[in-house]
Amino acid sequence: MSDLRKVSSNPHIRAKDTTAKIMLTVVIGLLPATLFGIYNFGLRAALIVAISVATTVLTEYIYERLCKKKITVGDFSAVVTGLLLALNLPVSVPLWIPVVGGAFAILVVKLLFGGLGQNFMNPALAGRCFLLISFPAIMTNFECDAYSGATPLAAIKAGQGVNVMDMIIGRTAGTIGETSMIAIVIGACILILAGVIDLKVPGSYIVSFVVFVALFATLSGRTVNGPYISAQLAGGGLMLGAFFMATDYVTRPVTKKGQYVFGIFLGFLTAVFRIFGAGAEGVSYAIILGNLLVPLIEKYTMPKCFGRGGERS
Amino acid sequence: MAKFTFLGGIHPYDGKDLSRDKPMKAVLPKGDLVYPLSQHIGAPASPVVKKGDRVLAGQKIAEAQGFVSAPIYATVSGTVKAIEPRRVVTGDNVMSIVIENDQAYEEVEYPQPAPVESLSREEIVGKIKEAGVVGMGGAGFPTHVKMSPKEPEKIEYVIANCAECEPYLTSDYRRMLEEPEKLIGGLKVILQLFPNAQGILAVEDNKPDCIELLKKLTQEEPKISVAGLKTKYPQGSERQLIYAVTGRAINYEMLPADVGCIVDNVDTVVAINRAVREGKPLMNRIVTVTGDAVANPQNFIVRIGTNYGELIEEAGGFKTEPAKIISGGPMMGFALFHLDVPTTKTASALLCLTKDEVSEAEPSACINCGRCAEVCPGRVVPKLLAEYAERFDFENFEKYNGLECCECGCCSFICPAKRPLTQAIKSGRKLLLAEKKKKK
Repeated sequence: MSDLRKVSSNPHIRAKDTTAKIMLTVVIGLLPATLFGIYNFGLRAALIVAISVATTVLTEYIYERLCKKKITVGDFSAVVTGLLLALNLPVSVPLWIPVVGGAFAILVVKLLFGGLGQNFMNPALAGRCFLLISFPAIMTNFECDAYSGATPLAAIKAGQGVNVMDMIIGRTAGTIGETSMIAIVIGACILILAGVIDLKVPGSYIVSFVVFVALFATLSGRTVNGPYISAQLAGGGLMLGAFFMATDYVTRPVTKKGQYVFGIFLGFLTAVFRIFGAGAEGVSYAIILGNLLVPLIEKYTMPKCFGRGGERS
Repeated sequence: MAKFTFLGGIHPYDGKDLSRDKPMKAVLPKGDLVYPLSQHIGAPASPVVKKGDRVLAGQKIAEAQGFVSAPIYATVSGTVKAIEPRRVVTGDNVMSIVIENDQAYEEVEYPQPAPVESLSREEIVGKIKEAGVVGMGGAGFPTHVKMSPKEPEKIEYVIANCAECEPYLTSDYRRMLEEPEKLIGGLKVILQLFPNAQGILAVEDNKPDCIELLKKLTQEEPKISVAGLKTKYPQGSERQLIYAVTGRAINYEMLPADVGCIVDNVDTVVAINRAVREGKPLMNRIVTVTGDAVANPQNFIVRIGTNYGELIEEAGGFKTEPAKIISGGPMMGFALFHLDVPTTKTASALLCLTKDEVSEAEPSACINCGRCAEVCPGRVVPKLLAEYAERFDFENFEKYNGLECCECGCCSFICPAKRPLTQAIKSGRKLLLAEKKKKK
């Protein structure tokens, strides 16, 4: 019986897409924003990106080596985390900041909870929020060689005028990867065309954000007009967050309906934080808070199955 | 209302070009023929011959036991060599009748059949039962049971499942193209059983030539129409097919008859035609022998009981050593550990692949991408069910509709983390159903 062949349960064929390919596509989708960040803020931005990515990948590798687990750095998910973290840092941060943030994101938020797929918050955002709370002065200092003023969102909050065109192109102060709406949207289009993300989460997030921000701003006695809304949309981390972080598979609901609920909730929270909060920004906190609600949202938005009403939607 | 498609599903590489243009070709078995007594759903048949008996092709060798069961016929002339357990495609050892082929292929005399129009409902169903016709699409459910719903007058649609959505399979395609009159003839027999039903030939639109041909041939048939369905796997799955054709949806606890439908696969309808119009039992079927490892892929007319090894030889043997051999299609077929198994009533293909994509794909952690839920035709969340099944959490498994899974394999196919989702859910269903049976 030497001619026995391999058997396995059906199906016997597999689609070509892999986790690594998906993660690599996300990296490619982030490249326009990354390159614009380097162009906008100078080579120091590239250095921060490199340090952040190196930290996340190395942290994962070393942890898995020490714990004698399967090495998973080949799935590129650590690269995505490192890159996202760097894009969420001001260019002026000391170089140990991406190291501390990257290590926290990967070790505490991702690996200690069981690795890829098990983290309950987006690791990059949790890393950023950890840094924001621990080192608020460093993390909110957006002064650099290129820009000396406040971020556009802070300016709006203070009632000053902003140049919306500059914000859309990205020639403003802010974190490395968040300033250029155009670059982010180009990257998002790559992900949408590649089938990696769809518009359910970002679409409902952005639409609900517009509704709530208009409502809350009116309630707090501001004039809400086109330029104001445009500035709110283009400013801060909304675009980067909506397309690249709220869409993180692991930490958004898996159910279709749940994704809309999640997006709407994020829009609401972001508007609350931006209008009523102490700071000008709120995307990161909104998303990680939203992440915490995902199990609950999923539970109440489970789809109906075929033959019990689910065949139509 | 017809939808012509369903939600979910996948578009795998279809591989049908390998054998699409090969006309059906009869294969004469040379070696022993093996007839497992259980090649249908229900009670195994019971042998009516004993070791040493001489039998003719077309002679009944095993009798149905009970209503949900089916008889089995010899397909060659020869001597009963043994009645013993033999290995079948699923890997199980099943009690089987072994016939030593005398290579004379002597056949019994079939009585002259009466014209169909003169037959009563009971007579037609009786003939189908006596001929041993079972669902030849893969499930093997005895056809006469399907033909006996509680209220035949409530059947509104008789659907011939001509979707053939499994990749690589071209057996139904060839049958439709080469013997469409037998398919239509069989459908008319079924329609005679259900006076209020219309017949629908449901074909996937990747077979435009079949659609055109069948449309032409049924022009004059007021009760028969052709439905061109969107090509997508698993369009041929019963529930999805009914939905695409009629807009009606059934869950796992329901039968097609509950929504006024009867569904039969192409080869089954042809077998009904043969049983009722020619008075001949189910003795052969079309088997596509294909895959990139096969020298000369073919669509064979195979006498049931023929050894798989002989089919490979007939197809010119292997041009490359296969890494995996599958009985049936790549999505729902059974992997074989060797070729020494017989062709049964439900074997639609013998697929030999040079690559085993399953053993090459290393499963990794679920990233919650949701693709499994997107492609699931049952509209459940496979990754969740697989998790419950792996943890033996049957309460949640059932709550989230684990029993609705039709095991089509779409979730495992699409999973970027290469997780064996279908396998986990399949095991979960088996265990849960067994437990429920015990409680009853």
